[in-house]
Amino acid sequence: MERGTRGVKTKVFVSLKPSVFDPQGRTIVEALRSMGYGAVRDVRQGKYFELELEADSVDEARTTASEVADRLLANPVIESYHVEVDENGD
Amino acid sequence: MSLVKFAIIEFPGSNCDHDAYHATKHVLGHQAELVWHKDADLRGADVVVLPGGFSYGDYLRTGAIARFSPIMARVREFADAGGPVIGICNGFQVLLEAGLLKGSLLRNRQLKFLCQHVRVRVEQTDTPFTSGATAGQVLLLPIAHGEGNYHAPPETIAGLEANRQVIFRYCGEDGAVSEFSNPNGSLEAIAGVCNEQRNVVGLMPHPERACESILGSDDGRVVLDSVVTTLAATGAV
Repeated sequence: MERGTRGVKTKVFVSLKPSVFDPQGRTIVEALRSMGYGAVRDVRQGKYFELELEADSVDEARTTASEVADRLLANPVIESYHVEVDENGD
Repeated sequence: MSLVKFAIIEFPGSNCDHDAYHATKHVLGHQAELVWHKDADLRGADVVVLPGGFSYGDYLRTGAIARFSPIMARVREFADAGGPVIGICNGFQVLLEAGLLKGSLLRNRQLKFLCQHVRVRVEQTDTPFTSGATAGQVLLLPIAHGEGNYHAPPETIAGLEANRQVIFRYCGEDGAVSEFSNPNGSLEAIAGVCNEQRNVVGLMPHPERACESILGSDDGRVVLDSVVTTLAATGAV
């Protein structure tokens, strides 16, 4: 690794936009209710990615992760995402 | 008229490439070439077919990885130059991920993989792949997909409808569109769309698997015959 860079653990959470019907989430809710968990009002299913990035700063890691999410990890037509950067690094 | 040359793009995991090859070469009697996704060019093809299958194992999202294959840059250039491109099933999914067509395909409403014959209505005949059909013609075509539930934001749907870019809709035997005849929950029963220039068409049903009556239907031939006739009429071949 070059001087100054470090491995930064970054998490990307991708989920269907609220306006998009999530048939998997609906099926899970129905299963939970049939199991007796009437308290579960709704479930939205999504995807979770762990990225290990080389970056000089938390901001740089966040920028890279957002770009990667925009270009590949999420489909902006149906999905939204958010990025979490582990500020302590490794 | 000389023979039309179809380029059928093969991605790792494509499995309808040979169906498309058989239909275009052996049934239609034209030229067909299988083009590997890492190939550098389209070998002078007149028509590009993105076939069905499970490119890259449907990892991440259907069509999401295939869109970055080297050949897709050539397909985009070909489409931008007005060349006819058809994406069938997974090929449709790839075109949507690549942004060559608008919208997205979600898991089927009932979360089941559907493998059955459906009827679709030809909505528009001014595309290279429907020019030989009549508006409202009902085609019996097979579907085989888990993610065919067409979705787009309301403004996109409105734009597609206003520009007459919805090319195929799921329908009943009489051509009527209803919830009952919509197999997968697609918005507005959309089975296929085209781009604004109308030369790129994508659809979930498989016309290439319905080109011989022994297979249960030859209604799909009109889609492939149309592009041959269109190219001949414009003097492109």
